[in-house]
Amino acid sequence: MAKSGRIAAVLVALAAVVAVAAGVVVYLVAYPPTASASPVGSASAEVTMQTVPAYNQDPEPTWVSYMIKQGDSWVHTTMFQVPAHSLVHFTVYQFDTGSPLRNPFMNQTANLVGGAENVNGKDVSLIDANVGDGVGHSFAIPALGVSAIFPGVSGDSTNQCDVAAPCPMTFDHNTITFTIQTGDPGSYAWQCFVPCALGYPIGFGGPMSTLGYMNGFMEVVA
Amino acid sequence: MADTKASEESKELTDRDHLRRIGLIWLVLTLVCVPLVIFVLGPHLPPGTDSEQARNQQEDNTVLAAVATPVLLFIWVYIGYAVKNWRIPADTPVEELQDGPPIRGHRGFQTAWIVITSVTVFALFVFGTQELWTDYGSGTGSGSSPVWTPAGYSTNAKDSKLLVVQVIGQQWRWTYRFPQYGGVETDTLVIPAGKTVQFDVTSLDVIHSFWAINLGVKADANPGNNNIAFVEDPSVGPVDIRCAELCGTYHGAMAQTGQVEKQADFDAWIAGQIVLHYDLLPQLPAYADFYIPQTDGGYYDPSQVTPPAVDSGLPPPPPAPAPSSAAPSPAPSSS
Repeated sequence: MAKSGRIAAVLVALAAVVAVAAGVVVYLVAYPPTASASPVGSASAEVTMQTVPAYNQDPEPTWVSYMIKQGDSWVHTTMFQVPAHSLVHFTVYQFDTGSPLRNPFMNQTANLVGGAENVNGKDVSLIDANVGDGVGHSFAIPALGVSAIFPGVSGDSTNQCDVAAPCPMTFDHNTITFTIQTGDPGSYAWQCFVPCALGYPIGFGGPMSTLGYMNGFMEVVA
Repeated sequence: MADTKASEESKELTDRDHLRRIGLIWLVLTLVCVPLVIFVLGPHLPPGTDSEQARNQQEDNTVLAAVATPVLLFIWVYIGYAVKNWRIPADTPVEELQDGPPIRGHRGFQTAWIVITSVTVFALFVFGTQELWTDYGSGTGSGSSPVWTPAGYSTNAKDSKLLVVQVIGQQWRWTYRFPQYGGVETDTLVIPAGKTVQFDVTSLDVIHSFWAINLGVKADANPGNNNIAFVEDPSVGPVDIRCAELCGTYHGAMAQTGQVEKQADFDAWIAGQIVLHYDLLPQLPAYADFYIPQTDGGYYDPSQVTPPAVDSGLPPPPPAPAPSSAAPSPAPSSS
């Protein structure tokens, strides 16, 4: 091979290595976008979320997931920002079916303003996930002792969401509202405590361990 | 020039002279540093003095540091002495460079080496075993059948005269059950000061490790296993809790602050927890040493779920937490 050919081969190989390395770096630092809560007055804000039984889009179409509403559109993220020392009102549209929780201790709500959440217009502070439709998902911030639970959609429903996320409101769902009081600024991890990652060891791999799906961070900002 | 002088001077000394000099320097430094380690550094060594186990562990760390100090000093002194006295001058021709004299076959050195290291290691073995024995495992998880147990221990948690706290690890938080208080489960750890507490540590999913740092308690939380650790005489104050076993994405979020309270405050707290979680109690599984999740979904085995608590002897919820200075009187169990 001529000298120029060897140089070209080396450059191509070098470019390939750089491209692979860059791809790895981009993949590792990929981060879901952060949604901002909608302000309501001076000391409160609103966060609207939905849980979908399957994302039905790449890269993980089979994974269960949260989505957060930003303005008029749904964003595939679990990162959101709320104001410090404020009331944050959550509205969650729960489209997934339910199951028992691994630890029934999580069958109850905790540290919600008013002591309960509202499910389809009814105040609820405890659900027996071992009977009925069980619990589809939960929203818990262990560091703050906060926990909200979302009853599952009936497994017998013939109108379950099966389209690419987000799920339109025409599909069967439960509407849950609850309010939490934020404290000092900080970054608080939150997660679902229902072992809902089917096909993964003990139900806590895959979407349960990946930002943007079933866990994330609530950024409390001043 | 200075190097040459030092080298010439060292050549005039015999090996015994060098050894005597090294020994003297080492002895002086040891006499200075060991008391410093014991009396100055020791009180600051982890895990502190918030329980009997923590105090003993701090003492153990002090003893180990005091034993290690002469060894460390000997190595440093020897290296420093060798660098100063036996360094080959920089202008030495390459053909004159040579290795130091071999010391193999020196019976005195070999005997001293074997005797000193053997005595040191054996002494530490005896010391460590004695500490585990007299301190009931020294705050470590001792398995489901601990060899050394404090008075009042029972293999049946509900019959134990110690306060039994079941520590349940799960991805990614800790919860606590109190079998002597109707099996109530809480998400915070509060224990009474001055008592002996038995931690029954288990997991619902993967391996965690319950580490109550300043109490000197550390026990692996294994699924399908009960790992028992004891702590005596905890002092009033916060308890730093961590997971010490990498257990998944939010392993780092399994940090928590518990509390050691006066007996009366603990009584009020546990009464409040029973009130708070009373409606949940019937949904909890019967208290057991550990809980086996179903294989298909990883949930509790439904056969372990208790019948309604009102049918199983659980007292009605107390109307309000009532502080009391008396020792806790265990409530009937839910199962």
